[in-house]
Amino acid sequence: MSAESLILFFIVAVVLVGGAIIFSALAAPKSSNLQKFEPYECGIPTKGITWLQFNVGYYLFAILFLVFDVETVFVFPWAVVMREVGMTAFVEIIIFFFILVLGLGYAWKKHALVWE
Amino acid sequence: MEFSIYDFTSFTKSLDKLLNENMSSFWATSIEMLLIGVGILAFYALVGLFLVYAERKVCAFIQNRVGPNRVGPYGIIQTIADLFKLLMKELIPIKNADKLLFNIAPFIVIIASFLAIAAIPFAKGLHAIDFNIGIFYVIAVSSMGVIGVLLAGWSSNNKYSLIGAMRSGAQIVSYELSVGLSLITMVIFAGSMQFSVIVEAQRDGWFLFRGHIPAIIAFVVYLIACTAETNRGPFDLAEAESELTAGYHVEYSGIKFAFFFLAEYMNMFIVASIAATVFLGGWMPLHVGGFSGFNHVMDFIPPFFWYIGKTFFIIFIMMLFKWTFPRLRIDQLLTLEWKYLLPINLVNVVLMALIVLNGWHF
Repeated sequence: MSAESLILFFIVAVVLVGGAIIFSALAAPKSSNLQKFEPYECGIPTKGITWLQFNVGYYLFAILFLVFDVETVFVFPWAVVMREVGMTAFVEIIIFFFILVLGLGYAWKKHALVWE
Repeated sequence: MEFSIYDFTSFTKSLDKLLNENMSSFWATSIEMLLIGVGILAFYALVGLFLVYAERKVCAFIQNRVGPNRVGPYGIIQTIADLFKLLMKELIPIKNADKLLFNIAPFIVIIASFLAIAAIPFAKGLHAIDFNIGIFYVIAVSSMGVIGVLLAGWSSNNKYSLIGAMRSGAQIVSYELSVGLSLITMVIFAGSMQFSVIVEAQRDGWFLFRGHIPAIIAFVVYLIACTAETNRGPFDLAEAESELTAGYHVEYSGIKFAFFFLAEYMNMFIVASIAATVFLGGWMPLHVGGFSGFNHVMDFIPPFFWYIGKTFFIIFIMMLFKWTFPRLRIDQLLTLEWKYLLPINLVNVVLMALIVLNGWHF
């Protein structure tokens, strides 16, 4: 099977979820009640809007992740040919990781890895 | 001994030939597509239902209970009954929720796990698509699931689910790195990202045993990281029942909730089967050098059962993690990843490169 057949898996997934939701919507009983559609917050009426500002820490980790994730993408092709290229590849990855570790060390020193 | 009787390649080829001889190529392709679609759907549902049952039984035995035992012998039909119950439940539209995102989220988590399953080799010749970038592909599509989780939390108009989604996002993206790097370690060793090549290379010994210390470190790191990536205990901060009720899917009801639940178990199955394929030899039987009689006996067990056995062994370990360790706090979680696992992994990659370079492996 070729990579185009991935579309098949996509369709099967959509059919599974969509079909089940449609079936459920048709088969399930329905009732209406004023309080039923309120968000569930342990019985206490919700206050204010939900889409608030949240802790900036999540954002910092997302940025750090981006740096390392792009690096992972670069390392994958290197890993495949590592055995054939040999010593040159090894020296290159040492340099590559050195630059990365500098970045991680900087973030560590700046207390970006500490959750507040 | 070759796996001639258990080789699915000949079976699929003959089926393809039969269909192409009897009808036009369009219809033959359509029927093949239909067969694969139905097969994958059935497999997906079966594994999902079985895993939910297995989790409840394992959890029960760890907590010295009996677990589900009323519906069917040993309660094996319990999850099917639960499925029908969830199908018959009302889908409650939440007031002021973002309707579009709220409804798209379950689709995304299920699609991500379906796409990942497409590349997994179950036995020789029994895989939907054999990519030459298999490992990379699975990592890429399975991380799409986090989008669904974030959308679900954000669109629910509920503060618990917002917090749960944010935690889940930070956690999944962080541990994604460790999963990627520990698999890179094994890619260096195998010299390929194609699953069939990786499995074939483990004919004489699994990578876990052949790859020296870096392989073992990578295996342990992978187990920790993939437990975290699938949002399972002790890393289940995203749904922490005691503080956030259910986290990102608190507002989902009926079958929509069931899909989040199912996706969680299928993600566990996917990461476990990758661990089984990359570290434990996939569908290759256990061979011990020198014991040819033992090796022949092992060859008689079909590869599919080897694969399933290894996968469920890893899943069992992950279930033990969930029911025996207390939940971490978010600062401990992020410290573990960024200050321990990531540096260890970087050193491990270099170590593995050194070992491959000098031929120190077996």
